[in-house]
Amino acid sequence: MSIFFDVQEVSFAYSSYGEVPVEVPALENVSAKIDKGDFVVILGRNGSGKSTFSRLLNALLVPKKGIVLVAGKDTSNEDNVWDIRSTAGMVFQNPDNQIIATTVEEDVAFGPENLGVEPSEIRKRVDEALETVGISQFKRNAPHLLSGGQKQRVAIAGILAMKPECIILDEATSMLDPVGRREVIKVLRKLNREENITIIHITHHMDEAAMADRLIVIDHGEIVLDGTPQEVFSNVDKVKSLGLDVPQVTELMYDLKKQGVSIDRLPLTVDEAFEIVKALVR
Amino acid sequence: MIRDITIGQYVPGDSLLHKSDPRTKIILTFVMMIFIFLINTYWGYLLLTLFTALMIVTSNVPVKFILKGLKPVIFIVVFAGVINMFTIGGRIIFEFGFIKMTYEGVDMAVKMAIRLFLLIITASMLTYTTTPIALTDGIEKLLGPLKRIRVPVHEIAMMMTIALRFIPTLLEETDKIIKAQSSRGADFDSGNMVERAKSFIPVLIPLFISAFRRADELATAMEARCYRGSEGRTRMKQLRLTRYDFITSAITAVFMAWVLAMQYMVF
Repeated sequence: MSIFFDVQEVSFAYSSYGEVPVEVPALENVSAKIDKGDFVVILGRNGSGKSTFSRLLNALLVPKKGIVLVAGKDTSNEDNVWDIRSTAGMVFQNPDNQIIATTVEEDVAFGPENLGVEPSEIRKRVDEALETVGISQFKRNAPHLLSGGQKQRVAIAGILAMKPECIILDEATSMLDPVGRREVIKVLRKLNREENITIIHITHHMDEAAMADRLIVIDHGEIVLDGTPQEVFSNVDKVKSLGLDVPQVTELMYDLKKQGVSIDRLPLTVDEAFEIVKALVR
Repeated sequence: MIRDITIGQYVPGDSLLHKSDPRTKIILTFVMMIFIFLINTYWGYLLLTLFTALMIVTSNVPVKFILKGLKPVIFIVVFAGVINMFTIGGRIIFEFGFIKMTYEGVDMAVKMAIRLFLLIITASMLTYTTTPIALTDGIEKLLGPLKRIRVPVHEIAMMMTIALRFIPTLLEETDKIIKAQSSRGADFDSGNMVERAKSFIPVLIPLFISAFRRADELATAMEARCYRGSEGRTRMKQLRLTRYDFITSAITAVFMAWVLAMQYMVF
């Protein structure tokens, strides 16, 4: 597998221009490599630097120190910015504040229009993208009449129409109801499996984290845990000390293990837990 | 309550006017508006009224909509009419002290009223039969030549599109803020005009703050989707002149010629 994102010893700080200008550090000396086709979930409490990390990946922010390479291109080089942003699209938290046009299909067309794609080709891409995320029937609707989950799928379609290799979601599910979340996650998994699109998903929901290929936990501007969900969530105490939760079943089984029940592999889903309990009872 | 407001008032349909290119409609509307001011005979007005009625009937726009649109201008029409009636000199109908009413004044007042009504109906037919997005596209294309003298045409059109997109969102937000402030005991319905206007300050301030926050996020989202102004940008929907534009223009031209002929030859 080829490396898609290569983050090398990156630091970033926000400048705040008050009476005394100060630098507020957000990331300290972070390094990470993300493979093409991976489904990566980034966890961390508010203000941990996870949003900053995601914005560094598509050149919305440029590191103060260190290098970020996206498909081999340096984000700090101005000439690469548009290439990088069309290969690594981004979905934001508030669905209302990222839809630009007055109809769904016009909004999906916005990205490819900016890239200067031929009109007939844009039409084709828009129809395909809407089909993929399953909202073709709303294509002439006004976006404000859609539900939250549908709006986020419009945003995803808007990125798909740019033919990206990666989609970055910055807490894109945090304003959605359970139904909307499920819709979005379903689309993401489909894109990841069928189209081999790299997904970087920032979330607070542990059930979404449990189904990732890889988990990265960021705290105080540093990567503190990195591995498969299984590896990360096995450190129940460590994860809890970072102000995060582990999936409920995992915690339950962890407590049982502490009480002396012999469990060697902590489960992440109810189904896995069921198998373990079944084996134990027998 | 506040959500009922719709701007643009597009009435979906499949008529000749709906199918015409927005550029054709914008130009014809302007020509028609100037034309209405050039006409000053009752025969002319009769024909123009017939033409307008024809437009309304063929476009399937409900007459109720049109009448509703005329309501706000009735006051202006009556006001202008009264001034015309009593200030224009000529053959006197009756005199009372310094007030006198003349034939010429009444004539002028009636013509003015017809003109204003026709003007407003013609202009609103444009927005009734054109989607807001087609309208902005049309304006952008028509103003295109002004780019050469550095008028930011694309930016103006983009601003109009975003404004149209955010009207419902901001109305919804206003509704929410009004409810939130009411639940904290704010009173919007009592007091005189000044007090009522003042009571809306706690609604406007949060609305403005949130609008700026939205603008900031929207700008980031647009940049993330590679927006960099009009340069190198293509459009999915291309405006194209079709036979419908030819038919619409031809019908309008024939009508205008007819009206002019009536005005200058017959009488």
